[in-house]
Amino acid sequence: MEALFLSVRLALCVSAILFAIGMPLAYWLAYSRWRGKFLVESVVALPLVLPPTVLGFYLLVAMGPRGPLGKLWQALFGHGLAFTFTGLIVASVLYSLPFAVQPLVASFEGVDRKLLDASAVLGASALRTFRRVVFPMSIPGVLTALVLSFAHTLGEFGVVLMVGGNLPGITRTVSIDIYDHVQSLEYADANRMAVILLVFSFAVLSVVYGVNRRVGRRVWATWPAR
Amino acid sequence: MAGEVESGALTALIRVQRGGASQPVFVLDISVAVPSGITILFGPSGSGKSTLLDCVAGLLRPTVGRIAVGDRVLFDSSGGVNLPPQQRRVAYVFQSLALFPRMSVEENVAYGLADTPEARRGERVDLILAAFRVAHLRSRKPGEISGGEQQRVALARSLVTLPQVLLLDEPLSRLDAELKASIVEDLRAWNQTQRIPILYVTHSRDEVDALAQRVIAIEHGRVIGQGHPREVLDAPRRTRLALAAGFENLLDATVVSLREADGVMSARLAETAVEIEVPLSYATPGDRVRIAVRAGDIMLATQHPSGLSARNVLEGQIESMEHRGTLIAVHVNCRSAVLMSHVTPGALRSLELSTGKTVWVVLKTHSCHLVSD
Repeated sequence: MEALFLSVRLALCVSAILFAIGMPLAYWLAYSRWRGKFLVESVVALPLVLPPTVLGFYLLVAMGPRGPLGKLWQALFGHGLAFTFTGLIVASVLYSLPFAVQPLVASFEGVDRKLLDASAVLGASALRTFRRVVFPMSIPGVLTALVLSFAHTLGEFGVVLMVGGNLPGITRTVSIDIYDHVQSLEYADANRMAVILLVFSFAVLSVVYGVNRRVGRRVWATWPAR
Repeated sequence: MAGEVESGALTALIRVQRGGASQPVFVLDISVAVPSGITILFGPSGSGKSTLLDCVAGLLRPTVGRIAVGDRVLFDSSGGVNLPPQQRRVAYVFQSLALFPRMSVEENVAYGLADTPEARRGERVDLILAAFRVAHLRSRKPGEISGGEQQRVALARSLVTLPQVLLLDEPLSRLDAELKASIVEDLRAWNQTQRIPILYVTHSRDEVDALAQRVIAIEHGRVIGQGHPREVLDAPRRTRLALAAGFENLLDATVVSLREADGVMSARLAETAVEIEVPLSYATPGDRVRIAVRAGDIMLATQHPSGLSARNVLEGQIESMEHRGTLIAVHVNCRSAVLMSHVTPGALRSLELSTGKTVWVVLKTHSCHLVSD
């Protein structure tokens, strides 16, 4: 059960961070007219197509004692980043980024541009326009982003294994725990955890699709096929 | 209304171009002056009307030029001035209205008054809601009110900010004539106290006639006429404007002879032997001209008429008839020149018009307008 709580704690932290950084990033992706925008879009979508081991490998190298991120962390806090809970958070944020950003971009893009023009002409700043017009019309997308970030982080395995290892209470998440049980032929224990994840994931997706259906518009419109 | 506003004329001398430096495509190349009161911006779709409005509002940056309201410069490419839309004091009502769907009517109208103290804000919202007769709808959402009511709310939302210019992009195009007239009356009444320039985009001839004060006609991004609607649109000098302004008959012809003393000339319609008398213009015999005639200006008679002042009476046969709402478009073939005339259902019945029947087409000289491409 310790593993499950660790996973939930990790997923909550990651969702909160993604909410904070995903919002401005998605806003920029939805409204920027910069020609090179597609490059940023590709980078954001990378975790969708890269094997988690590849992402995890590079993160591990970066976070290691000789990696740039690891060195920086060492200098700032006096300890390394790899095989720590914080390191897991950093890795998970990157890994789940598209799951937060894409629903947000889709719903921001769904807001009629004329409403933004009307708001500007009526004297509202970009921030006020976002707060009063764009955000209230994007609630389903925001909910989708939060729920997907949470669920995806909860279920990740490869990146965690690469970056976090398997330290009970620190980096041993529920999916690693299941893997361990299977390796030790403890199928009953593995099944207990697996069922919890299965039921939870199904519930989450039902909520997301339910919200999308009720809104009548797919906030998941730009969702790539996996 | 809170205080009277008298703002200067809107002047815009701008060029908007797209494409590269080697092959610039001019979207708009225009110089207009809009005094206070309603000025119609008239032209076919794609002529650059909305582009001009976007430039004035600050939503689109002209390539070069200057836009000012009185002495206040909104944009000046040579002086490096480009006020953001938020600071222009230009109100803009879009064709789609763009009311905020999640906000009530009252919240929509109060939206532009964020910097106004709470107490004054309420007062101004109340006044404008009353002026546009939508006070009873204040707590409704835009989706819960009718098209005409949405229209009034959009106007109220824009005007409550006491703008110095009002831009209207075909705002009434979807409303029926009666509703349109009543909204225009309210807008006029408001404009009596707030003397600001109102630039009203339309491509509907009916709206021009209903609002008529001043019209600026544009085509292909250029001004092709400005002044009183009758001067600009009733004597169209351009073919496309003639079509847009409801000149259904466009006839190619060759000038045969000039009669300077009478101020007329005769012209033979292309590929026919039909000659008609048209107003004199700068032309010499043999010149090719194009003549525009409104279908509503062509009379039909079932017998050869006499004692008429009209100089052109042509015999022909009815080729076809189409019902268009409350009028009937009758195509008459006069020795292979086909002219369209509009008649009422009553006229159709009393003259017993039918396909193949012989009729006389009656056309006044001054109903024939010479146009160029």
